[in-house]
Amino acid sequence: MTFYDIIFYLFAAITLISALFVVSTRNIVYSAFYLLFTFFGVAGIYVLLGADFIAVVQIMVYVGGILILLLFGVMLTNKITNVEIRTGTVQLLPAAIGIGIFMGAVVAVMIWTEWKLEPAQIPLTTTKDIGHLLITDYVLIFELLGILLLIALIGAASIARRDQE
Amino acid sequence: MLTEFGKIFIFILLAAIFVIITLFISKFVRPNRPTKEKYLTYECGENPQGSPWVQFNIRFYVVALIFLIFDVEVVLLFPWALAYQEYGIYGFVVGLIFLLVLGLGMAYEWRKGDLEWARPQPKPPKLDEILKTKS
Amino acid sequence: MNIWEIIIISLIKILIIVVMLLLTVAYSVYFERKISAWVQNRVGPNRVGWLGLLQPFADVFKLLFKEDIIPTAANKPLHTLAPFIALFVAFSTYAVIPLGPPVELFGYKINLVVADVNIGILYVLALTSLGVYGITFAGWSSGSKYSLLGGIRSSAQMISYEVSMGFSIAGVLLMSQSLSPVKIVEAQHGWMWNAILQPIGFITFVVSAFAETNRLPFDLPEAEPELVGGYHTEYSSFKFAGFFLAEYANMAIASALIVTLYLGGWQVPYIEKLGLSYTLTTIIQIASMFLKIGALLFFFIWVRWSIPRFRYDQLMSLGWKVMFPLALVNIIWVAALIMIFNL
Repeated sequence: MTFYDIIFYLFAAITLISALFVVSTRNIVYSAFYLLFTFFGVAGIYVLLGADFIAVVQIMVYVGGILILLLFGVMLTNKITNVEIRTGTVQLLPAAIGIGIFMGAVVAVMIWTEWKLEPAQIPLTTTKDIGHLLITDYVLIFELLGILLLIALIGAASIARRDQE
Repeated sequence: MLTEFGKIFIFILLAAIFVIITLFISKFVRPNRPTKEKYLTYECGENPQGSPWVQFNIRFYVVALIFLIFDVEVVLLFPWALAYQEYGIYGFVVGLIFLLVLGLGMAYEWRKGDLEWARPQPKPPKLDEILKTKS
Repeated sequence: MNIWEIIIISLIKILIIVVMLLLTVAYSVYFERKISAWVQNRVGPNRVGWLGLLQPFADVFKLLFKEDIIPTAANKPLHTLAPFIALFVAFSTYAVIPLGPPVELFGYKINLVVADVNIGILYVLALTSLGVYGITFAGWSSGSKYSLLGGIRSSAQMISYEVSMGFSIAGVLLMSQSLSPVKIVEAQHGWMWNAILQPIGFITFVVSAFAETNRLPFDLPEAEPELVGGYHTEYSSFKFAGFFLAEYANMAIASALIVTLYLGGWQVPYIEKLGLSYTLTTIIQIASMFLKIGALLFFFIWVRWSIPRFRYDQLMSLGWKVMFPLALVNIIWVAALIMIFNL
């Protein structure tokens, strides 16, 4: 086990344990707090994979944006912040079936995929290469993403506005 | 490159340890004489009224929503900015279209008043109204 | 260099940076009080040590011996944790800011930066977005109306200005073609400072930096007349000191970032033409970095004691309706500049 492996397992453990806390804690603000660590663990694993840009985007967008939005939503509905949340019914059987199918699919993918076993070269920097690809090969996708975000913006704003009236 | 991230990792670890030590060090020297009044929530000398978790303006949520979308746009713009110099006018047009779409979204929000904050609208008393109520 | 040498050198650098940061923070508090005194025609702290120079340490010890109060209405774990987050974020940002050119010391070539990551600026942005959590959790967990309102206001303000900050940075990236702060500084050789080439971006970034650090024209979260102490109303003792330190550490970081991104970092224009020796040049360059940071810190304090506070709706409309479009214009301006002059 190398140093690299130890850090990988550290991040994996952070991700899994905090994710467990997210679903098991009863206070919804605590859930948001543990989710912070889950996102961090995932970002750490991205760094280990050499995907530095994705790692930082993970933190900027998920931690800096989505989680803040979640927190605002939780705080806005003022009744639930100081009430402990407990699910009324525990549906064990459907949950077990769902998890079983999902696990089966993941394990099947793990076994049947032909993994590249030679050590990959970790690229020095990925951001610039992503930029080159966005300008040349994927330029249409780049512009479409802009339009997609525009649609999301308009949709989000109209929903929020309707609630207000 | 991973060594540089390793250094950041060390830095973050040390920063965390340092912060924890500094904030806990006072635990050993500070006094602890609790009274009931000390542990009340501060509300300008009055006893606190109602739940502290008050309902706040939905505007804050809308702002967070708009922020999230522009945050993603910023993230998408960074790779473009890094690679831009090698493409000249073509790269410029690509970026310009993206920025125009972005500006369009901004203009929509602006026009629809999603960026407006509820302004206080003071009503200065009018002389004739006062006279009317008086009489 | 083997791994242990790298670790030891990094540890030494981290130690130096933390000590420097603490001293900067301590003395910016001192100068804040002194300068406010000068502005208001008072004397300011002058009892502890010569000219009151030991005042920061006295303040720290005073806060150390204060009783820690957590109100019964508060959510205890998060209330304790919030100042940790604020302080931790403030300190971690410093890992990527270069303080000088690479120097040769004892046969090692040493970069005067803890970690020269190729995504340094994004790392800073990511941590800035994390800074919101300390304040939001502090506001929510205190169980006080003032704290909650202060926390919410502050987080909405920070995220609003984060957008224009991000777009201003995109302008810098267009020039430097790199996300590494070291490369960004190197790209600003001679008079090619970004502040001169893209004045609009410089202004939007500085204004956003003020808003991000919650400094006075934008210190709505702790507006005393309406919100008492804002998100730290219910904090006392060293936890309050944590927020206080974090505010000043953030100010120091904002200054260092402005210098790195827009004012040429450690570069002194045309210093190589003077024909000075290598050592002297390096020393002047490092000194210039600190001088620039100091000047900006002075600017931060000066603005605080000269300009009144914004109203909240003015603050939000300044962020979204002025700074944001200006930052967009700046990107187009820089891109056109590069295309026309082939910089």
